[in-house]
Amino acid sequence: MNNIYQFLYVEGIPIMVQKRFLTMALALLTLLVVPLTAAQDVPTVRVQMKWVTQAQFAGFYAARELGYWEEEGLNVEVLPGGPDIGPQQVVAAGGAEFGIDWLGSMLASREQGTKAVNIAQIYQRSGMRQLTWKDSGLETFADLRGTVTGVWGFGNQYPLFAALVKNEIDPDNPDDITIFNQPFDMVAFLNREIDSAAAMTYNEMAQVFEYVAEDGTFPVYTPDDVNILDLNEEGTAMLEDLVFVNEDWLAQAGNEEIAIQFLRGSFRGWVYCRDNVEACVDFVLAEGATLGTGHQLWMMNEVNKLVWPSPAGIGILDMELYQQTADIALNYEVISTAPDEGAVRTDLAQAALDGLIADYPDVDFMGMDYEPIDVAITPNGE
Amino acid sequence: MPAQKTSQTTWTLITIASILVAVLLLWEGLKSFSRASEYALALPWGGTLDLSNFNNQQLPHLGDIFGAFLEPAQRNGPPLYVILFRASLFTLSEAVAGFVLGSLLGFVLAVIFTHSSLLQRGLLPYVIASQTIPILAIAPMVVVWMRQLDLTALAVPVIAAYLTFFPVTIYTLRGLTSVSPLQLELMQSYAATRLQILVKLRIPNALPQMFTALKISATASVVGAIIGELPSGIQDGLGGAILNFNQYYVQSPPRLWATIVAAALVGMLFFGAVVLAERLIVRWQVKA
Repeated sequence: MNNIYQFLYVEGIPIMVQKRFLTMALALLTLLVVPLTAAQDVPTVRVQMKWVTQAQFAGFYAARELGYWEEEGLNVEVLPGGPDIGPQQVVAAGGAEFGIDWLGSMLASREQGTKAVNIAQIYQRSGMRQLTWKDSGLETFADLRGTVTGVWGFGNQYPLFAALVKNEIDPDNPDDITIFNQPFDMVAFLNREIDSAAAMTYNEMAQVFEYVAEDGTFPVYTPDDVNILDLNEEGTAMLEDLVFVNEDWLAQAGNEEIAIQFLRGSFRGWVYCRDNVEACVDFVLAEGATLGTGHQLWMMNEVNKLVWPSPAGIGILDMELYQQTADIALNYEVISTAPDEGAVRTDLAQAALDGLIADYPDVDFMGMDYEPIDVAITPNGE
Repeated sequence: MPAQKTSQTTWTLITIASILVAVLLLWEGLKSFSRASEYALALPWGGTLDLSNFNNQQLPHLGDIFGAFLEPAQRNGPPLYVILFRASLFTLSEAVAGFVLGSLLGFVLAVIFTHSSLLQRGLLPYVIASQTIPILAIAPMVVVWMRQLDLTALAVPVIAAYLTFFPVTIYTLRGLTSVSPLQLELMQSYAATRLQILVKLRIPNALPQMFTALKISATASVVGAIIGELPSGIQDGLGGAILNFNQYYVQSPPRLWATIVAAALVGMLFFGAVVLAERLIVRWQVKA
């Protein structure tokens, strides 16, 4: 509530005198359509996350906590996401300058007129997997024929669908496969109501291993109990976490520089999280007091595997994977026409990267020798 | 009289306690019965009744729920009750702001409607329509608007106010207009102004009804604040806690239940505060 009082003060209304009218004034303020522009030396920008605070976005929290953006001369506000928060809508409505989204939904929102532009591809590979139980003998996507297969809706089903089609299984034909609309938890898989389940390496997959039986037995399942079917290897993965901006915003004078400054800080944050896994987890935990430590540590480590190595440097989009994602999106009518040239700009990330390499010659921005750490599975991810 | 009052209070407490005990017995009884029948009860006329809703995953033991308050929510972190206490305070402050905002708006609308039957007929349908729109549909837009106005901190109070102004408008309007014609004529015979009639006759007459509305609003504002936190990306309140414990429900069901208990307590606390205010302000009307 602080900034309301500050606002009233800035407007010069003596708060003490107006105390009994203060609440009324607040009510009126909400009706006023007066955008407030505070004169500040340091430009303030906002970045909208795709979900609530978790290690999935740790690099951005690190950039803020370590003052990397400040060093770039930028004041960045990190906005956590949540249900009903679409980063594309927030950025299109001017509620944030930068957004974090997956490539498929970014392309779809661009087609709907949000003018979103991918300016940096943070995750170089996809974290989505299909899990089966080892004792089921289902080891490939082709083996899923005739099974009950769990997938998430909302556009998250297409990488799996593409993998099925590649193996001549028609996801729309119940004689080929039974598609189960999986909720965002692993209960159906754990209860063996479904033969396979979609899982992000950094989240749902860990929940299987972190599971504690009703009688307190732990561990119930280990990585040896499951087959992990990798959509990256199948060649049907769709790219995930990326940074996007609004085309019109980017076209305004000075905003390309701000975008480069933002990316420089962000990239350094992600490098820091690669080299300081536990410190980054602490940044996340400080923000989300209800998150489990063990689970976030697992998530941080898995997320690092999706970012590193970045063969062309962090944030540089692999055009082949971009094409693969766009093709799947087009094929499944996530988009109706192939994305235009303007959907992607790699020059800003390249400029940020080149500048960083020149300024910090000792820092590794490719991570070709990256090695993940070993994370012990904790009961219930605590 | 005092003796009678004491026995009344005693009986109230006994009733509350017995209901609590009954719920405890029913809750734990259903659980142990289901467990004993291995969560599937064979029915005499064939078939089985699925009792898996009563397993520890879906319905944790009450002991586990209250135990969860004392355990840390994250390794080396403070116990859950500390986190939930902070979150409750945060949500309560949003709810109070929304309650004040909504009550004022509701009161102002009621006064306007009292004095202009044209506005009442013209505007009331929209006021009613506003309540048929699910708050979940409005909340994300409110957040975007408030952010554009640089009034982000007001987003949640506005969402809470959206849920609270309506009962205040309806009940206050009824209270303001249901003055006896005799009293109204008396005031008019003294050439009292509309303002004097409002302050000296209508508002005192409406106070009991207004407090009925405020009691509804108090609990609704807590719900509004929790719902408002979700599209605002606010993680410091009960809404954020519910969201996270929901996402990781499988890992610890009692925590979500504990958070629900905390949310209920916040609502009851706020309700109690309004009841207390009512007793202090409307002394002449309140019965028991």
